[in-house]
Amino acid sequence: MVQTAKKTVQITIKRQDPEIDGNKPYFQDYNVEVEDWFTVLDVLIKIREEIDGTLSLRCACRASICGSCAMRVNGQAKLVCKTKLSSVEKDNKILVEPVGNMPVITDLTADFKPFWDKFNAVDPYLRPGSEAPEAEYIAPNEDMVHLVGVMNCIMCGCCVSDCTVLEVKDNFLGPAALAKSYRFIADPRDNTENERLEKLLDDGGIWDCTRCMQCVEVCPKDVDPMSRIMAMRSNSLNKNMNKSYGARHANAFTSLIKSSGVLNETLLILKTKGFFNIIELIKLLPLAISAQLAGKRPPFLSHSIKNKDKLKKIFKKLENK
Amino acid sequence: MKFAFFPGCVAKGAAPELYTSTIKVAEILGIELDEKAMESASCTGAGVLQEKNQLLGDTLNARNIALAEKQNLPILTICSTCQGVMSQAEQRLENEEYRAQINETLKEEGLEYTGKTPTRHLLWIIVEEIGEKKFKSLVKRKLETLNLAPFYGCYLVRPSKALKFYENPERETCLEDLTEWVGAKVTDFPGSKACCGFPILTINEKVALKMVGNHTSSAKDLGADAMVTPCPLCHLNLDQYQNRAAGMMKREIDLPIIHVPQLVGLALGLDPEELRINKHIISTKKLLSEISLRP
Ligand code: SF4
Ligand code: SF4
Ligand code: SF4
Ligand code: FES
Repeated sequence: MVQTAKKTVQITIKRQDPEIDGNKPYFQDYNVEVEDWFTVLDVLIKIREEIDGTLSLRCACRASICGSCAMRVNGQAKLVCKTKLSSVEKDNKILVEPVGNMPVITDLTADFKPFWDKFNAVDPYLRPGSEAPEAEYIAPNEDMVHLVGVMNCIMCGCCVSDCTVLEVKDNFLGPAALAKSYRFIADPRDNTENERLEKLLDDGGIWDCTRCMQCVEVCPKDVDPMSRIMAMRSNSLNKNMNKSYGARHANAFTSLIKSSGVLNETLLILKTKGFFNIIELIKLLPLAISAQLAGKRPPFLSHSIKNKDKLKKIFKKLENK
Repeated sequence: MKFAFFPGCVAKGAAPELYTSTIKVAEILGIELDEKAMESASCTGAGVLQEKNQLLGDTLNARNIALAEKQNLPILTICSTCQGVMSQAEQRLENEEYRAQINETLKEEGLEYTGKTPTRHLLWIIVEEIGEKKFKSLVKRKLETLNLAPFYGCYLVRPSKALKFYENPERETCLEDLTEWVGAKVTDFPGSKACCGFPILTINEKVALKMVGNHTSSAKDLGADAMVTPCPLCHLNLDQYQNRAAGMMKREIDLPIIHVPQLVGLALGLDPEELRINKHIISTKKLLSEISLRP
C-alpha cells in the first residue's frame, strides 16, 4: 500500500441556519486529520460524516463535472472537489464560506434561483430563423471549435459568486448568463444575433461589466466570460449599436488615441457624455473645480506623441478588421 | 538598472504627482529611467480600445514594446492598468502565428516584437530586483505609526496567468510586503484586490461610487490611516470621487489615497511637497502629522 502523510488541519466554516439564532452567520472551527491527497471536499465530507452531521453542503460528481460544489475557499470561489487542500492551506488553516452574491440557505448551500433566472432571461436556446433542414444543420468547423470553450460551462456559479458588479448591482445579468448569451450570438446556426445584442445594450447588460477579470480568474472551466462580454461589445459596436454611454466611451477613447496617440481624460468625458449634454456636464463641474484647486485638472490640450503618422497608418490598416 | 520609461497617460494627465514622485524615488533607488526611448509610444488602450478591436490593441502594445526592444531596454510602467494590458498582450503574443501577423504590420516601421524582456511595474521591480535587504537599507524614515490599506487594482492581480504569478509568486503579496518594508502596518480589509469601479465610472456612475464607498469606508473602519495604490486610475477614482461616494452613503470617509512612489518617497526621507502629497483631493494633512511631517 502507498504510504501517505497525515496531518491535522484547522477548517473554519462559515455557517448559518434559519432555525438557529435567526439565521445569523457564525464561524465554527474543526480540527481534522487529513491525508496529503485530500481535496477540500474530502475534508468537508469527513467533517460531516465523522465530526458534525449537521453540516450542510452540496456535491455530486466529485470530479468537477456537475458544478454543484462551488464555495469560497480563503475568499475565492472554487469547485471544492477540484481543489487540493495542500494548494490552499496556509499554516495548516483554511476558511470555507458559501458562494457570494446569492442568498444562503444553510451553511455552505446557496439558493441559485437568481442564477437560473438570469440564465433564462437570455433565452438560452438556439433560434434558427428558417425551417429546420431535413438532415442536420451544417456549421463551419472553426466556428464551433471556438464555441467549445463557452459550452464547457458547467453552471457552477463561481464567476457569479465573485463578480464585483453583482456585489453592488442586483440586476446585472452577470458573467455566466452573458457568456451563455454569447454562445448563441456567435453560433452560426442562430438567427437572432441582432435582437439578442439589442437587448443586451440595456441596463444590466454587456455595458455593466467593469472588466475586473474575477470571472476569468475563478472559472474552473476556462470559459473566460469577460472575453465573451468584450466580444459582444465589439460585435455591437461593429453593428453601430452606439446608444449606450459604454459604446460612446469606447468610440471616443478609440478616436482620441487615433488622433493624438495618447488619452486626454477631459476630452474623453466630454465626448462620452456629449459636448452638449449640459445636465451631465454640470454634474461634473464641482469635481473639475476641486481638482483644479488641488492643482490636478488635466490640461485641456494635452500632449501628443512623436511619429503620429506611423500610428495612424496602423489604425488605417486594422481599424476595420 | 536602466529601463525604457512608460509613464502612461494618467501620470502625464490627471495624476501629475505620480510622475513627479516616480522621478524622485527612481533616482534614489538607482533606477535609470529613459523616457525618450518611448517618445513615440502610444496609449496601451487601457482595455477600452480592446473592447472595440483586440488586434489593433495588441498591435499598439507590441509596437510600444518593440520600440523599447530596439534600444535594448525593458519597459518600466507605473500604472496597474498599463501593466496588466501589456502583460495580457504579451501573453497573446506568445502564440507564434499571432506574433508573426502583428510583426508584419510593425515591419513597415522597421520594428519587431520578440518578447524577450517582459514589461514590469515599478512595484514589481522594487520587490523583485531591489529586494527587501537593499530597500530597507535605503529607508531613512520608518513609517511605524501608520496603518495602510493596500489597493492593487484589478490589472495587477488578474488574470494571474497573464501576470505570471506562477513564475513570480512574490507578486501576489508585493504591496503588503512593501508596506511592511517601509515600517508601516498593513490594514487587512476585504477590498484590497477588488475593483475600484473606474472602468464604468462614465458609464454607470452609481455602481462605481458604490464600489469606491465600500472599499474606502471598510478600510477606514478597520483602522487605516491611508490607502496606497500602484494604479493611478484607482487613485483617481478613490480620491476624486470619494466625497461623492461618502455623500451617497450618508457618512464621512475621509481616507487619503497615496501612490506607491509617494509612499516609497516618504520612507526614503523625501519631503512630502517634493512628492506632491499635498496635491490630492482628500487631504493628507492628518496623515502627515501622524508621521510628524507638516504638509
Ligand atoms: S462560466 Fe465558469 S465559473 Fe461561470 S458558471 Fe460557467 S463554469 Fe462556472
Ligand atoms: S469581468 Fe465583468 S462579468 Fe466578470 S466578474 Fe468582473 S464585472 Fe463581473
Ligand atoms: S481597480 Fe479599477 S482602475 Fe484600477 S485597475 Fe482595476 S479596474 Fe482599473
Ligand atoms: S462535486 Fe461535481 S463539480 Fe464538484
